[in-house]
Order: sequence, then structure tokens, then C-alpha cells
Amino acid sequence: MATAKPDLESWQESTGKAKRGVPEGLWIRCQGCRSTVYRRSVEENLFICPECDHHFIVPGQIRIQQLLDPDSFEEWFADLRPADPLGFVDKMPYAERLKAEAKRTGMSEACVAGRGYMRGRPLVFALTDSNFIMGSMGSVVGEKLTRAVEAATEKKLPLVILSGSGGGARMHEGIYSLMQMAKVSAALGRFHDAGGLYISVLTHPTMGGVAASFASLGDLTLAEPKALIGFAGPRVVQATVNEKLPPGFQTSEFLLKHGFVDRIVHRHDLRSEIARIIDYCGR
Amino acid sequence: MAPRKKPPTPPLSFEKPIFELEARLGELEAQPDPTPATRDAIRNIRVEITRMRREIFMGLDAAETVLVARHPDRPQVLDYIELIFDEFVELHGDRAYRDDRSIKTGFAKLGEEKILFVGQHKGRNLDERTEYNYGMAHPEGYRKALGKMEIAARYGLPIVCFIDTPGAFPGIGAEERGQAYQIALNLREMARLNTPIVVVVIGEGGSGGALGIGIGDHIAVMQFAYYSVISPEGCAGILWKHARHKDKAARALRFTSKDLLEFGVIDEVIPEPLGGAHRDHRAAATVLKGSLVAAIRELKLIPRDQLVDRRYDKFRRMGVFEKTIKEGETV
Repeated sequence: MATAKPDLESWQESTGKAKRGVPEGLWIRCQGCRSTVYRRSVEENLFICPECDHHFIVPGQIRIQQLLDPDSFEEWFADLRPADPLGFVDKMPYAERLKAEAKRTGMSEACVAGRGYMRGRPLVFALTDSNFIMGSMGSVVGEKLTRAVEAATEKKLPLVILSGSGGGARMHEGIYSLMQMAKVSAALGRFHDAGGLYISVLTHPTMGGVAASFASLGDLTLAEPKALIGFAGPRVVQATVNEKLPPGFQTSEFLLKHGFVDRIVHRHDLRSEIARIIDYCGR
Repeated sequence: MAPRKKPPTPPLSFEKPIFELEARLGELEAQPDPTPATRDAIRNIRVEITRMRREIFMGLDAAETVLVARHPDRPQVLDYIELIFDEFVELHGDRAYRDDRSIKTGFAKLGEEKILFVGQHKGRNLDERTEYNYGMAHPEGYRKALGKMEIAARYGLPIVCFIDTPGAFPGIGAEERGQAYQIALNLREMARLNTPIVVVVIGEGGSGGALGIGIGDHIAVMQFAYYSVISPEGCAGILWKHARHKDKAARALRFTSKDLLEFGVIDEVIPEPLGGAHRDHRAAATVLKGSLVAAIRELKLIPRDQLVDRRYDKFRRMGVFEKTIKEGETV
């Protein structure tokens, strides 16, 4: 088992540093155990530190390769592009930020959705990638997920959504982002009514409006070890309650203890665990 | 306990010219034997006050709107319950943990109509604010709201939700008891409650904490209320790295009633009395009541088997994106 004890500080550091997945360079420092590890040995180990089991953030495309059967993923709705309905400008215009993020990550948005196979089982699969504007949900993320849910309903396929969204609802698209929470949740309601199986996989980090919508609505909820999962950010909570946060606050283990996660699953076992649940519940 | 007299609330900075004229009007009206000239002056000042109120309040920017939406004298849920409903039968408790006071739920009579009311109350004085936790609910508040709404749906009562919250409470207990899960569940379940739901943002519409009781068939926002994905302070803290940039964030977020209507995200802006609802509770309540009655009347005309699909389509349409793959694009 893992030895690293994530506290508030190390999470903040890891979310900050992990923006580019595993940082550049041959050698990298693990945020879990602080040891210097060979980058390739981390990548070959599903982005897990070989020393301490720290789960690094996995870029979306690699995650798909890790989880789904080789070449089985057919991406859907890839033509959806974000717009800038508010004309939002903070330190830089949102339109420019989108371009910069696309260039940096090679992705057009924070969500990838489509159909694939997991150990031979067909399913609709979607993920949010915290590399792209903190994996936050704007109109495109909401729309892709909603379409994915609707497609799963129509095709009667199991649905797996893997969340990695430290950003929650995306501020730059204002009220539209908030409404995506309602849109995706309503679609999941229909899927639920139709008897569909939805497995929600929570990865580090899953916060805010993403946690408060589709990520929490799984029939079954799995979480990777020591992921930060919650509604309000730990800094906001600390500033509000003005007391020391309990150890392990808002980690996967904390959620399991309080009854909001079915199983904590090591990344090595994620494929087989999901496949097994589909065997129990899927039709 | 002796009744405490509440000190008058100081005017907001942009209200000062109005207050000065009102003070002048008060002085003139207090004169025992007004001359014709004084009477003329009184009339002129009255006209000027009206003109000034209109001009100032029509020109409020987003940051100023937030000040009005949070004004301590602004009517809140307890005021509106008194002024709008002929009867209110409060229902308590979430059947799991406790009775969260931040969200009030109960049966109410709206004219001829029997409804279920759900509303967030922030508190009008320190005691109330402590009791109601500044309108910031815990998971049990959202659970209570959903439970009562399910009863309403079962017995065919229309639902009216008043939103007025800075946000769901960001505390340790709230996280332990599943704030994210409970809000998510409310979104999913409210979307399929088979009874008309009218939602009004009466003051602050703070993010997920607002949306958690905010799924409905008719969404209205009071003229000087706001409804946002994040508070201006929170947004400024993240994107500008300091809350002192909150006014910039407020303007960037486009969350005033006018913007929201323009975006097609809401159905109605409910006009407030000149100078804002805090200047005339009764007038604000009268207009709000009229709007509720009309909205429910219209929603009741929709066949019950179409209501939930219509609500689904309403939220399904929300979002702005492009659908293009430009030539030579490398992404």
C-alpha cells in the first residue's frame, strides 16, 4: 500500500505541478514521497510512482490507452469547439486561453467521449482531463457528456465516466457552465430511468460543479487512491471554518469512510474492476 | 427582552444623492405652514427623486448590482412568506440528520393555489443569520428540500423555490455528509419531478448551492438579483489571485438579470420597485406574487405527461459552442 500521506499542502503542490501530467525531463520528483524517479519508469507503470505508489495525473489520451482495449476507442463529438459567449477577459482573454491550452495539451477541450471496449465489453466512455483548464466544465464538456449519456441510453450500453476536474464548473463561461451541471444530471436521470448502468470513476482531483453533478451520480462509484474529491476547495473550507482540517480531508479514503464511494481501486486494477462490475450489473 | 430599534442602514455609495434629496424633502415637508414656493419645491424634489432613482438604478453595473442583491434591508424569504402567502405550514427535517434551517420548506397558499414552498433565508439580523447560517445550506438542507418536493409531486402541488444564498456551505461537516452528492442528486431528481416548478432568484444566486433547488419549468430572476457560477470574490481570488479584484470579476461574469435574460438562460426578469426591493418590500412582493401566479397558471396548462420532457428540453438546449473543424487545424 501507499506510504505517502497527502496533506493539504502536498495536494496543492501536486495539482499545481501535475498540470502537464508528469513534468518534463528524464528524472522527476514524486509529489508523494519526494524521491527522484526515472520518468519512464513512472510512465511505464501507468503513471504511478514505483517507489511510493503515488498516482500521477494521467493525460486523457493515455488514460484511454490504459483502460480500453487497444484501438477500440471511437471518439465521438470531436468536432465540438468551445465558444466565448461572455467575451470573458481575466488576465488574458478566454479565447486566447483556449488557444494556448489547446496548443499546450493537444486537446480541443477538457472532455473526450466515445465508444470503446473494456476487456471485450462494449461501453460508452468519457473522461474529463484536468490538464485542460483544470478539467473544468463549460458548454462543450457538458454537451459532450450529455450526448454520451444519451447515446448510452439509446444504445443500451454501460456508461463509464472518469472525472479529473479540479476546476468544477468553468468560470469563463459563466452561467452556461452552471447550467451544464443541470443538463448532464438530467440526462443521467433519463439513463437511470431506462435502467442503464453508470460507473463513475473519481480521480485526482474532482471538485466543485463536476463533483456536484455527474461525478457523484454513478450507480457505482470507484475512486483512485488518495484523490482529492469534494465540493468546496480545501482552502475555502479552511478559510470558512477557521480550524485545522482533519487528516486526509476530502481524499478518496475520507469519502469511502463517510459512505460516498463504493470502492477505492488501484490504477493497476481499474480495468478489471470495471469489467467485473459490468459483468455483475450490465445487460 | 426589550425590543431593539434597528439603526438605519447607511446608503450604498450610489444611493447617496437620492438620500440627500430625500432628507431635503423631509425637511421641507416638516415645515408647519408651507408657502406656495415651498410646495413647488416639494413637488420638484419629488419629481427629481423619481428621475434620479430611475437613472441611477437603470445604470447599475454588475458590481453595484451585487451590493443591491446583498443589501441588508432587502426582503428575504421570511418577509416574502408574510407578504405573498395567505398561509404557510412549515415542514421540517430531512429524515436522516437534522432540520437545516437555511432552507425553509412548507405548504403555502398563493391566492387560490395550494403550493409547496422551498426557500433559502439568509437572516435579517445577527440572531437570524446565526440560526439560518447566512442562507448557506448543508447537505441535509438539500435533502429536506428534495424530500418535500417529492411529496408535492406525489400530490400534484406546484412547487415554488426562492433562491437567496451566497452558496452551499463550505464546511467540514458539509463535506463529510456529501454536499456534492446531495446537490447532484437534487439536480437529477428535480429534473424529473412531475409537477410544475417555478424558481425565482430573489437575491443571491450562488452557484451550485443555488442550482441545488433551482431546476424548474419557469426560471425568474429579480431585477437586481444575480445568479452566477461563482461569487465575484471567489472568481477574483482564482483568476486575478486576489479578492480585491471582485468588481472586475463581477463585470466579467455577466450575471445580472439583464444578461441572463439575453443569454436565454432565464425566462423572466421580475421588475423591482424604483430604487430596489429594499426600499419597498410590499411593492416588491406584489409584483413577485403576480409573476408567480401567472407562471403557475401557464404551467398548469401544459399536459402533465409533457411537463418533464419540456423541462428536459429546456436545460438540454443550454450552452454555447461551435461545431467546426477548420481546415488545416492540428488539434
